[in-house]
Amino acid sequence: MTGFLVRRLLNYLLLCLVATFLAYLLAAQTFDPLAVLQSRNPAPPPEAIAAKAHELHLDQPVIPRYLDWLGNALHGDFGRTVDGAPVSAELWRRVGVSLRLFLLGTVIGIAVGVICGVVSAIRQYRFTDYAITVLSYVILSTPVFLLGLLLKQAALNVNQGLGTELLRFTGEVTPNFSGGFGAALLDRLQHLVLPTLTIALGQIALYSRYQRGAMLDVLGSDFLRTAQAKGLTRRRALVRHGMRTALIPMTTLFAFGFGTLVIGGVFTENLFSWFGMGDWLVHGIGAQDANITATVTLFVAVCVLLSGWLSDVLHAVLDPRVRG
Amino acid sequence: MTTAEAAAAPDERPDADPVLRVDDLQVSFPSEAGRVHAVRGLSYHVDRGEVLGIVGESGSGKSVSSLAVMGLLPAQARVSGSIRFAGRELIGLSDRELSGIRGRRIAMVFQDPLSALTPVHTVGDQVAEALLVHGGGKLSTKDATARAVELLDLVGIPNAAARARAFPHEFSGGMRQRVVIAIAIANNPDLIIADEPTTALDVTVQAQVLEVLRTAQEVTGAGIAIITHDLGVVAGFADRLMVMYAGRAVETGPVREIYSAPRMPYTLGLLGSIPRVDVAEKQPLVPIEGQPPSLSELPPGCPFAPRCPLAVDACRAAEPPLVPVTGTGGVAHRAACHRSEELAGDRSAEETAVQVFGAELVEPTDLATVPRARRQTVLRVDGLVKHYPLTRGTLLRRRVGTVRAVDGVSFDIVRGETLGLVGESGCGKTTTLMEILSLAKPTAGTISVLGSTVESLGRAEAKRIRRDLQVVFQDPTAALDPRLPVFDIIAEPLRVHGFDRPHIRRRVADLLELVGLRPEFAARYPAEFSGGQRQRIGIARALALEPKLVVLDEPVSALDVSIQAGVINLLDELKAKLSLSYLFVAHDLAVVRHVADRVAVMYLGKIVEIGDAPSVFGAPRHPYTRALLSAVPVPDPVVERRRERIILTGDLPSPADPPSGCRFRTRCFTFAALPEDRRVLCVEREPVLDAAADHAAACHYPRDSTSLQRV
Repeated sequence: MTGFLVRRLLNYLLLCLVATFLAYLLAAQTFDPLAVLQSRNPAPPPEAIAAKAHELHLDQPVIPRYLDWLGNALHGDFGRTVDGAPVSAELWRRVGVSLRLFLLGTVIGIAVGVICGVVSAIRQYRFTDYAITVLSYVILSTPVFLLGLLLKQAALNVNQGLGTELLRFTGEVTPNFSGGFGAALLDRLQHLVLPTLTIALGQIALYSRYQRGAMLDVLGSDFLRTAQAKGLTRRRALVRHGMRTALIPMTTLFAFGFGTLVIGGVFTENLFSWFGMGDWLVHGIGAQDANITATVTLFVAVCVLLSGWLSDVLHAVLDPRVRG
Repeated sequence: MTTAEAAAAPDERPDADPVLRVDDLQVSFPSEAGRVHAVRGLSYHVDRGEVLGIVGESGSGKSVSSLAVMGLLPAQARVSGSIRFAGRELIGLSDRELSGIRGRRIAMVFQDPLSALTPVHTVGDQVAEALLVHGGGKLSTKDATARAVELLDLVGIPNAAARARAFPHEFSGGMRQRVVIAIAIANNPDLIIADEPTTALDVTVQAQVLEVLRTAQEVTGAGIAIITHDLGVVAGFADRLMVMYAGRAVETGPVREIYSAPRMPYTLGLLGSIPRVDVAEKQPLVPIEGQPPSLSELPPGCPFAPRCPLAVDACRAAEPPLVPVTGTGGVAHRAACHRSEELAGDRSAEETAVQVFGAELVEPTDLATVPRARRQTVLRVDGLVKHYPLTRGTLLRRRVGTVRAVDGVSFDIVRGETLGLVGESGCGKTTTLMEILSLAKPTAGTISVLGSTVESLGRAEAKRIRRDLQVVFQDPTAALDPRLPVFDIIAEPLRVHGFDRPHIRRRVADLLELVGLRPEFAARYPAEFSGGQRQRIGIARALALEPKLVVLDEPVSALDVSIQAGVINLLDELKAKLSLSYLFVAHDLAVVRHVADRVAVMYLGKIVEIGDAPSVFGAPRHPYTRALLSAVPVPDPVVERRRERIILTGDLPSPADPPSGCRFRTRCFTFAALPEDRRVLCVEREPVLDAAADHAAACHYPRDSTSLQRV
């Protein structure tokens, strides 16, 4: 089993390289970071443009540029932005912002989504099931930016009702915040609630639907009947024999759900003025910056593949049939 | 006692103290076509230590009624009547109250062992759980685990202590069924309900599992209700029998008495419809025409009346009650039939069945009298080998082994002959058949159809050959496109081969008539037909191009017993009428004995015995054939209980790693009895089969052919 997971991990490293290479190739071929310089009025002297091009290594072919970038990236240096600032200067802050948002949102989303799905399946065609189903579909069909705006509005009302600013929705910290560690943590939490909720809600809605389906498959299964025939009450049979089996098909979903989330999180980040990786990608493309684009792609690839690997581990833990 | 009083009496022995007494049980389900009355006033009892066999076709309510006893019916089922277990009424108990009884006092064994165990828990844990859940906290997990190992050992799981830590997917079907039985007997129940416990298993494994159930009963002293459609299983295993039809009991009584003198035409028909593996002379099979009624809108009268040759006006007016039969039986034997008295007599059940239902054997044709050597060879398979690579890895695929699905098989079929290919699942019979049908080059060996070797065929020639080689599949429902009307299904091969429209129209009508269906049916869709009718449509399609050879892949195993006979008779009749040759692949040896002229027995990719059917069945030479035949239950309680049974140990070895020398030696009782020095031959040299001989076995120590003994 360990061998299998190690082999998988090696495969994933290879895939990371492929992903960044393709992203770099595409970005470098289509981006023209000099366009801004050239369109200036009065036009800068050709030497200045050439100097800029040299500074950005644009005078070299793409493959050596990529290899160069990759070699440095392995040492933690992801090159410089078009403006000349090192990519790595901003990278880790943004990674922190994104992970805080998405990890928390995903964990809450999975946990609550699974529970909602199970409850929904057990209470099939009863009120609870209908309520969860309707809510899920409403959330699933609401675009994220609208959902975020609605949550903001709701938070505004809560704040007004309470008379204090309990829920904050701009940025990840209050600018120029001063106070002790506890107060700082609280401040960050206050900022975290709304965007996390925005992300989690969508995840809950999605996972609850899948979990409901997986659970319903299990509900009609022979082994659940055997468990009841043994003398387990229906509820106990469901928890001991049904849930774990129903979680198995979900593991694959969790992995790729997280991957798409990181990319799709741009809206949420923008809405709440969180300057995370999604926001950076949009910015990088706007600035015609191949290094930023490749770096964000690498980050996303690592996230997707790492969560894919985790789901392999989870699958193996839950399902003895894939072990060994 | 008048009939009305007898019907009102709850059961035949009201003074006894049975473990289970079911009275006037009614179960219905909502459906789109109205309420389905799956069980309609069922009364029966199971005594302590007694085995009650419950027999009926699918939809007769036998499973539903036992799930009602367990309280495991879905929530939308409506249950009424009375189910008293050890004096306590079960209907109306809550899930919590029932769960105290389930598994502790009433246990159940289910049909499909492959899905009956939770895949994510070890088998030891699953057995231990049955103990812990009723242990009331007094039993420690450690003790429960130890007891679970004892139980697994008791049901015959080798090396139980280690195997207890394995997961269900690491066990074969038969082994999993043993685990389910271990769970069932864990708490010494008073009643075990076994719902088709061996239907999904091969016959050698069936014999093992029935043996385990017998042991389980001896150990626990429990009453057993065994639900099955196999009258052979009941004959050997049950004390009393209850025959169900359309949600009611139509006949009950001691097994011997019912088998020798059934008093309800349906039971009679069932007994007459099954071929016997132990009778040399070919008996006519009784077909029961029609199909079981819809349980949502039953017409008045006896539900069997539309299919009953004895039905009179009274049968269509009122449903007969289940009353004691007059004559020999006494009160224990009861039947629900207006004309049951007329069935009393001295003749055997089979004779009566043939007389009542009217069955006859197909006259042998002139062709059958021509010796084999002078007839045209329709199919010749020579040294056929089919290996599948076993691979590992996704990105870098590499070969780690070879599954030897078929490993050197030779046989031939001449015109007008049926070759039965038998063997347990996994022995390679389906692969052999698929290789023949694919008309592609096998891994090794040759296949020639009507003299042309298939690997050398061009596209046009292959298409021509396909006209002569057609197939009928096992599952008639899956084999017909549900979105095509029957006409299009049967016409398709004709269209492919370029026949004109008027010809096709005529031919489809003829074909429908040929297989015993009405030409008007052509406009209907497969969903409107019963299983037996669908199989007839499949046969009509196979015959459309007037083939010389029809490959039949388990053509009757998906059908109910009463329907089976009709299809077998049809196949017999068509063979004679159209001079067809059949390659008949089946696991039911009784059916094969009935239809086949020659038989080939396969084991682990090889033919171990081949010969004409009377010799192979009458004087089997290979130990595997002998074991296989002795494992088939015979639907005759007297014969079945006297027979000596050879029970094979273990499961089929993996075809990826077959044993050296003789492949059967790991399970062979002859080998086990040999002295050490004579065993060497079996271990080192693979026995060869002389395929040209009239009757040959691939065994170093075959049973002497001069000592012709019946199995």
